[in-house]
Amino acid sequence: MSAAEALLSVDGLTKHFPVRGGLLNRQVATVHAVDDVSFALRKGETLGIVGESGCGKSTTARLVMRLIEPDGGRIALNGAAVGEGLGVRDLRRRVQMVFQDSYASLNPRLTVEDTIAFGPRVQGASAEAAREKARNLLAKVGLDPALFVRRYPHELSGGQRQRVNIARALALDPEILILDEAVSALDKSIEAQVLNLLLDLKAQLGLTYIFISHDLNVVQYISDRVMVMYLGQVVEIGSVEAIYGAARHPYTRALLSAMPSMDPDRRTKEAPLAGDPPNPIDPPPGCRFRPRCAFAEDVCAGTGLKLAALGSADHRVACHMSQATSGHSRATKEISGHG
Amino acid sequence: MSAADAAIASATQVVSRGYWATVGRRLLRDPVTVTCVAILLLILLAAIFAPYLGLADPYRGSMIRRLRPIGTAGYPFGTDELGRDMLARLIYGGRLSLFVGILPVINAFVIGSIFGIVAGYVGGRINMAIMRTVDVFFAFPSVLLAIAISGALGAGILNSLVSLTIVFIPPITRVAESVTTSVRNLDFVDAARASGAGNFTIIRVHILGNVLGPIFVYATSLISVSMILASGLSFLGLGTKPPEPEWGLMLNTLRTAIYINPWVAALPGAMIFVVSICFNLMSDGLRSAMDVRR
Repeated sequence: MSAAEALLSVDGLTKHFPVRGGLLNRQVATVHAVDDVSFALRKGETLGIVGESGCGKSTTARLVMRLIEPDGGRIALNGAAVGEGLGVRDLRRRVQMVFQDSYASLNPRLTVEDTIAFGPRVQGASAEAAREKARNLLAKVGLDPALFVRRYPHELSGGQRQRVNIARALALDPEILILDEAVSALDKSIEAQVLNLLLDLKAQLGLTYIFISHDLNVVQYISDRVMVMYLGQVVEIGSVEAIYGAARHPYTRALLSAMPSMDPDRRTKEAPLAGDPPNPIDPPPGCRFRPRCAFAEDVCAGTGLKLAALGSADHRVACHMSQATSGHSRATKEISGHG
Repeated sequence: MSAADAAIASATQVVSRGYWATVGRRLLRDPVTVTCVAILLLILLAAIFAPYLGLADPYRGSMIRRLRPIGTAGYPFGTDELGRDMLARLIYGGRLSLFVGILPVINAFVIGSIFGIVAGYVGGRINMAIMRTVDVFFAFPSVLLAIAISGALGAGILNSLVSLTIVFIPPITRVAESVTTSVRNLDFVDAARASGAGNFTIIRVHILGNVLGPIFVYATSLISVSMILASGLSFLGLGTKPPEPEWGLMLNTLRTAIYINPWVAALPGAMIFVVSICFNLMSDGLRSAMDVRR
């Protein structure tokens, strides 16, 4: 897929946080929060981003919104890159975000109406138009405007608050909605309602979603394509069928095997993840999954590992085993075995 | 709309009152706070309308009626060491004492909030610069700092106001900075940035409303400290000058009479005590009333 047909294309996005300490506040280490992340988002699709806590999912989202200043990389909407023809303000209007913590993401001193109307007001709408819009959006997310406009966040339930957050994100008529663990904190029954609301809104308004979650079942349900992250890097990206049916990266497979099944006959078959939990401070060179990988070999320590296309150009994976020329002993066997 | 719907609608109307209305209602249900506010209002109103209360002249002394005890006919609170009516002097003294107690705190509230909110919101080097400067002031005990600044500027009410303001800016700045930092990292500020709002709009709409309450509560608790410090400055001769009635100064001049007529000598101190206790309890009440999440 060329960058031109992508609604949003992200290239080499990088963010390193310095860890300071010791005398004189010197930089003693670097957190590689997001390292060379690239992906493209097509209009109308839902891209799921999965990974453990601390793998850089949320940082990626905030970098795309420019809520955090990236150290490097290029973000482009419809081919126009931020900084070259696309202002940050424009980017933020066209890409909006729903946060995980429904309470912290609403100002406790503002009514529901004021919260939703804030965005349009900032963008120059009249007070009357902004209020009108807030009421319409409340109805759209399933909250009766007559009952809810004058309410404060502490008077709402978690599900209602998240609906308000969605309405607030939609108030600027964005093209892309980033849902950062937007349903993770909700009860299962409420989560299902909000997920279905999101699907309805997407169809109704022609939205494109980036759906960040650690819940693999939910991601499978809502996504068209899935991106798997590990320690700030993309390890595998592909269609939801390819990832859930024919995952190639050992990390993806371990994640999927850890996914609880509803069927007691289908027990976990692959070994669960062993080794230290990931630490993004000064990660090892080469493949970052190497210390925990059952198939790690010397070659895995080598640098220059890149996302490479498999059979279909859409399914890409960053693993030495999937690259025939890498020198990994299982490289060819793995490919013939799964191909 | 069915009857049930109407009932639900009216119920929500009741629940959804504004934040300050909720705080006000909770304050009214707190007897301690209500009592303290009543006492403070009484003292404040008496001080403001002192000339219309038909009191004796607080400046006119009488050499033959010095140090009369409490309850003397015509002098319900007795007389001081120069034979002046204590009741009049206590009420007139409230004017200056409350003035030098409250005004520095208001000044410091405004200045300290600006410093603190800027430091907390902007962060980084500006935060470092402001907060380290504030730390320098924290190195001195507040009494010593007030005396040092007053002493350097010279005696007088204006100078003691200035020195007390300077003394109270650092603590208010620090509270404002920590509250702002915690609010600034909440997702709704990011959401506001994501909707394209500028820093000024974000501070005005999203920061101030969440930050001013806690700073205000803290500032109220400083009023009692300010009154005591101001009295202390007068006591040391750095604030008000005789014959001006002011509680701290009165305490100082009556000090010599403590063995002759201890109850009269203790009266100005009692006033300082009552007013500062009331301000402290009031700020406690405000603090709990403003904690809406409970």
